[in-house]
Amino acid sequence: MRGATHAKWAACAVAVALGATACGGGSDSGADRGDAGIVSSSWGDPQNPLEPANTNEVQGGKVLDMLFRGLKRYDAKTGEAVNMLAENIETTDSQNFTITLKDGWKFSNDEPVTAASFVDAWNYGADVRNKQNNSPFFSDIVGYEDVHPKSGEPKAKTMSGLVVKNDKTFTVALKDKFSTWPVTLGYQAFSPLPKAFFTDHAAWLDKPVGNGPYLVDSYTKGTGMQLRKWDGYTGADKAQNGGVDLKVYTDNNTAYTDLISGNLDLVDDIPAQQLKNVKNDLGDRYINQPALIIQTLTFPLYDPQWSKAGMEKVRLGISRAINRDEITKQIFRETRTPAKDWTSPALGEKGGFSETLCGDACVYDPAEAKKLIQEGGGLPGGKVTLTSNVDTGSHRDWMDAVCNSVNNALSEGPVCTVNPIGTFADFRNQQSSYKLTGPFRSGWQADYPLIQNFLEPLYYTGASSNYGKFSNPDFDRLVDEANRDSDTAKATATFQEAEKILAEQMPSIPLWYQNGSAGYSERISDVALNQFSVPVYDQIRVL
Amino acid sequence: MGRYVIRRLLQMIPVFIGSTFLIFFMVYALGDPVAALFGDKAPDPATAARIRKDLYLDQPLWKQYLHYMGQIFQGDFGTAFNGQSVTELMASAFPVTLRLTIVAIVIEVVVGITLGVISGLRRGKSVDTSVLVMTLVVISVPTFVTGYLLQYLFGVKWGWVRPTVSPDAPFSELILPGIVLALVSLAYVTRLSRTSIAENVKADYVRTAVAKGLPRRRVVTRHLLRNSLIPVVTFIGTDIGALMGGAIVTERIFNIHGVGYQLYQGILRNNSPTVVGFVTILVIVFLLANLLVDLLYAVLDPRIRYA
Repeated sequence: MRGATHAKWAACAVAVALGATACGGGSDSGADRGDAGIVSSSWGDPQNPLEPANTNEVQGGKVLDMLFRGLKRYDAKTGEAVNMLAENIETTDSQNFTITLKDGWKFSNDEPVTAASFVDAWNYGADVRNKQNNSPFFSDIVGYEDVHPKSGEPKAKTMSGLVVKNDKTFTVALKDKFSTWPVTLGYQAFSPLPKAFFTDHAAWLDKPVGNGPYLVDSYTKGTGMQLRKWDGYTGADKAQNGGVDLKVYTDNNTAYTDLISGNLDLVDDIPAQQLKNVKNDLGDRYINQPALIIQTLTFPLYDPQWSKAGMEKVRLGISRAINRDEITKQIFRETRTPAKDWTSPALGEKGGFSETLCGDACVYDPAEAKKLIQEGGGLPGGKVTLTSNVDTGSHRDWMDAVCNSVNNALSEGPVCTVNPIGTFADFRNQQSSYKLTGPFRSGWQADYPLIQNFLEPLYYTGASSNYGKFSNPDFDRLVDEANRDSDTAKATATFQEAEKILAEQMPSIPLWYQNGSAGYSERISDVALNQFSVPVYDQIRVL
Repeated sequence: MGRYVIRRLLQMIPVFIGSTFLIFFMVYALGDPVAALFGDKAPDPATAARIRKDLYLDQPLWKQYLHYMGQIFQGDFGTAFNGQSVTELMASAFPVTLRLTIVAIVIEVVVGITLGVISGLRRGKSVDTSVLVMTLVVISVPTFVTGYLLQYLFGVKWGWVRPTVSPDAPFSELILPGIVLALVSLAYVTRLSRTSIAENVKADYVRTAVAKGLPRRRVVTRHLLRNSLIPVVTFIGTDIGALMGGAIVTERIFNIHGVGYQLYQGILRNNSPTVVGFVTILVIVFLLANLLVDLLYAVLDPRIRYA
């Protein structure tokens, strides 16, 4: 009897094993390669539900970029904001804008795109009850406080600054003059939304409907999304391929392995460990180009030991003790470029990028560094601790390297140490509750290609992402002045004036600009990254 | 026997409550997850406050825990940040990991016990020595090394299998990851059964069985193996739980969207409903596996049977 149970068990095990190998014969020949004309691309699980005003990271942004077209769109090469759905955006005072839409645009469910599609979407995005991460993007509009009070229930459902004139026209009243505001309208939070979004929200989230060159064929959360070319799309940037299959990968190393072995067409994030092989593996199918991203080390100026008079010399000294060239070469294999200002080369000279703005303050000079730090009264308590999350992005490696560089420059023994934090969530928590007592990593990916976006949110007194609590009246004054200026070139110059104050005060050390890096298979061509390091999917051709 | 099973089942209740509380406490100690939802940007205070309220994060820990347990008993495990309910995540992740575990356990049992019996019966011979050396090597190489190595050799270089697993994760694609996952445990199973066999082979009952003239095959399978399997069964039983929870590395390497991956994501994003929900299920799996082991004892050796 008992023997029989044993036998049964063994038979069962063998059957499973055999079953497993039996299936092994047939099913793995290219089932997932997709149909002809379809590009397969790596993806990460978006952090939040896919709503335009709730998506603030690259993975969700990738999808929105395929699904939506807004009033403006940034040119993938130059970053210039060109009219997309907007026929024109008129203003006489840089504060009240009249927006007219082009004819013939519709959503992929055949609903026309009207002025209300924008106004409703913006009101939804701003309403605090909808808990949209990007709400602050609407904060310049009159009436924002009514739908998004600092506490308590909102007084209204709509912002009084948004008025629909007719199907094709609406007006926007801003609280202050903001001459470059139209340029911000290329950001995805300002996308229009169809009525279906409001009437059946859950269904829309399961299968988003937009007005872009692609439509969602199927979406399995956590696994992948299949986008197909929408034949009814009337815009000029029609998709050049049949569609895009986005596949969620557990790890970018795994995605890279799939690319190398021919199971995947496009990877838009080359893992750091593979950078040394990537040219061998891919040749000219490897893209490495500047994006609107800068990494900095911010000083906790809310802590008096870092902000007291004379400390700017110490801060400058630390900046000069960092060997940026060596670190970007050794650790990042030139996927980072040593920083020379507080913006990004992707902005271009016209946009406000400057090779000389930081000047000597960003040049490695150990002797000068030592001198400056001594003149400034030395490191607080004789030591400095760098903090960052270490779960991604080789942060541990570069922090160790920066500390080595500082220690070597000062030759006082190990005065610089690293404080690694396990998760991004925990790091963000400590950073945004102002608990850190030494310089910490601060990365910034611009929302739109404007020098304003690299300066104001980060260094203006009390600004939303000013984690070091830097405050300088001259800086604030220059930023205000620049925002009011209707002459873009002059405004940019004023912003650079403000940036020069950063070079003197060094509230945060510019480390390096981060490039977008991607690799693709021999099956596809015309692959390019835009300035946000997202592939321009609609232009990819399948060979 | 019946009373024994009931007692064991009742014992599971305090273990269940205690472990969920501990996990809850630990995830809570990781800190506030809301700040990370906003990426590099500063959280908007009003929006963050609303999210906290909705997730019950503005309450003291014990209230959060009671609220959470209340939800669980109604079958609601909360929602992950991407808007998916945790039960939905579980429904997609557990079958995948279960399949992976089955593959690993089968490999472990079949290969491990076979190797163990062979080397145990030939103790000191060259077969035995080479098995011992092999298992030592396998034990000392970390999973991520074997994982990437086998993936590279079989998947990329020779192209025998797909290097990654597709979302459906059928058995056929799980063999290589299964082997990787099984390897370390397999070495332990081999060593455990080898030692056990080598000890028992000199026992009186084996000598008696041989003296009775029973065929060697019957002596080994019916007498020797059955008595030697007790430590091995203990190990395999606890290993079921460990494999299901510990597949994090293997699942990442082979792009398997299973329990390990979801747990990893949950921890990275400080998402307590995901982590606690998954671990709660794992705790139950662990408890059941242990119960099964204890019941199997009784089957294998009637002397262990409880009243």
